[in-house]
Amino acid sequence: MDKAEKKQLRLTALRVRKGIIEGTYNAKSGHPGGSLSIAEILTYLYFKEMNVDPKDPQKADRDRFVLSKGHAAPALYATLAERGFFPVEDLKTLRKSDSYLQGHPNMNYVPGVDMSTGSLGQGISAACGMALASKIEGDKFRVYTVLGDGEIEEGQVWEACMFAAAKKLDTLTVIVDNNNLQIDGTVEEVNSPYPIPEKFAAFGFNVIEIDGHCFDCIEDAVNQAKACKGKPTAIIMKTIKGKDVSYMENQVGWHGAAPKLEQYEQAMAELDAKIAAVEAE
Amino acid sequence: MADVIKTATRDAYGKALVELAGKNDKLIVLDADLAAATKTGMFKKEYPDRFYDCGIAEANMMGVAAGLSTAGFTVFASSFAMFAAGRAFEQVRNTIGYPHLNVKIGATHAGISVGEDGASHQCCEDIGLMRTIPGMTILNPADDVEARLAVFAAAEHDGPVYMRFGRLAVPRVFDENYKFEIGKGAYLAKGTDVTIIATGLLVERAIAAVELLKAEGISASLINMATIKPIDRDIILDAVKTTGCLVTAEEHNVIGGLGSAVAEVVAETCPAPVLRVGVEDTFGKSGPALELLEIFGLNAQNIAEKAKAAIALKK
Repeated sequence: MDKAEKKQLRLTALRVRKGIIEGTYNAKSGHPGGSLSIAEILTYLYFKEMNVDPKDPQKADRDRFVLSKGHAAPALYATLAERGFFPVEDLKTLRKSDSYLQGHPNMNYVPGVDMSTGSLGQGISAACGMALASKIEGDKFRVYTVLGDGEIEEGQVWEACMFAAAKKLDTLTVIVDNNNLQIDGTVEEVNSPYPIPEKFAAFGFNVIEIDGHCFDCIEDAVNQAKACKGKPTAIIMKTIKGKDVSYMENQVGWHGAAPKLEQYEQAMAELDAKIAAVEAE
Repeated sequence: MADVIKTATRDAYGKALVELAGKNDKLIVLDADLAAATKTGMFKKEYPDRFYDCGIAEANMMGVAAGLSTAGFTVFASSFAMFAAGRAFEQVRNTIGYPHLNVKIGATHAGISVGEDGASHQCCEDIGLMRTIPGMTILNPADDVEARLAVFAAAEHDGPVYMRFGRLAVPRVFDENYKFEIGKGAYLAKGTDVTIIATGLLVERAIAAVELLKAEGISASLINMATIKPIDRDIILDAVKTTGCLVTAEEHNVIGGLGSAVAEVVAETCPAPVLRVGVEDTFGKSGPALELLEIFGLNAQNIAEKAKAAIALKK
């Protein structure tokens, strides 16, 4: 990608982060940390890679995205809003009783959401079903799913991985957000899923390891996934939980807590400063 | 009895899928390493390109079914009731039920008539589990004729359906003129003293119970309740109005199944005695299926006894 395009993607990712803070601040709850860590991958998929149309969210040949780590809904909503699926203003209604923006994504309420998720380990199976549908119909579309590194402690994830490789679901790309933190602590402390790449390789995946905040790396990995035939791809991305909000970065406490007014103002100021810096480049 | 046709409802399930595939090219069948037992093997043989074995991984199978359905496929996901409703309950609840996806769950080997495999495989909780999922339709056919029609109706229905089939060959109750409609119970006999509401393989046993009662001068109605959810409230109210007391009969725990569904309707609208024939909140055990049905009281005699007890409770 050229410099101008990358600059736009970086700016979009920062606006997605602002949307995450806006949503969780107004909701007074939600999961900012693991939402902030996936802003680049979502931005890349929805703004550069996936065949989607905000005016026709249900079109049959669209590429699919399943947020298996459904608690990162603020990131998905912010991305979809930026992409034009619904008004950015609506992000302020996150988790309210009269809002369509549920705490975890509901495919029947939110334009652009391809699967209802939230109970960990289940989204990847649905993504496998979608990839199988694509295969049956002649590789009609590609399927992307993002999982947390804590989420892969769920046994169902590995049932799904076995299935994806056995059925040669090469339109499926599984992305692991390896931010190293889950609710009870670091993933090593809780119930270590490491080594992650080796596990996916053993299950028959094409495995790519990248820095999840680097757009060039993401592009290269997604292109490698598309070129790989006969097996699914796993992109294991190292990320920073709470990325780009200084006091949230790598802090386990920001898994499922919302910023208060002062924290909200600081986060927005930091993100605005980053936007200004990128724009000035 | 020599001329009575006996077929397991699971056999009707397999045959009906083959029939359906000819009419619906978006039909996909999934199984979890039990194709020979659930009878989806019949479908696999005829349509190998539309059959996917998910292996011994029911949780994943339910998610795969959900994903396929979002792309416009009508998906039948098959396993034993224990694993389809039990092991994969939360997957069915969250990934099929919550988004109300067009997935049909073909659950075979329900109830204690699984027989010799014993309690670990005898699922008497599945109706209760599935009934608590909003928007879930539950079908529990009595014989092969009804099972075939239930499969066709499920395929036409928009939304999740849980179909409950048995392992045991059971006598045919209905003839070729039988009409099946989701959500409708049907009178098989009309009487004045008591109404028996039966489902699944207990229907045939309830027919025998009506005869036993008749011999004692008791006039019983009999309703076949093949749809457990949505339950046919109108026919239940009619039964209370015309006979004043009810007996339910099912091959399921007396907690959570047909008996509960009927009692809920009666208690809330027209209180009357409701006695339940079913597995009395206990686990099953190994043994020949027909013997077990006697041991657990899932027979005509027990239904008739409960009917008399219900009549005695009438004010």
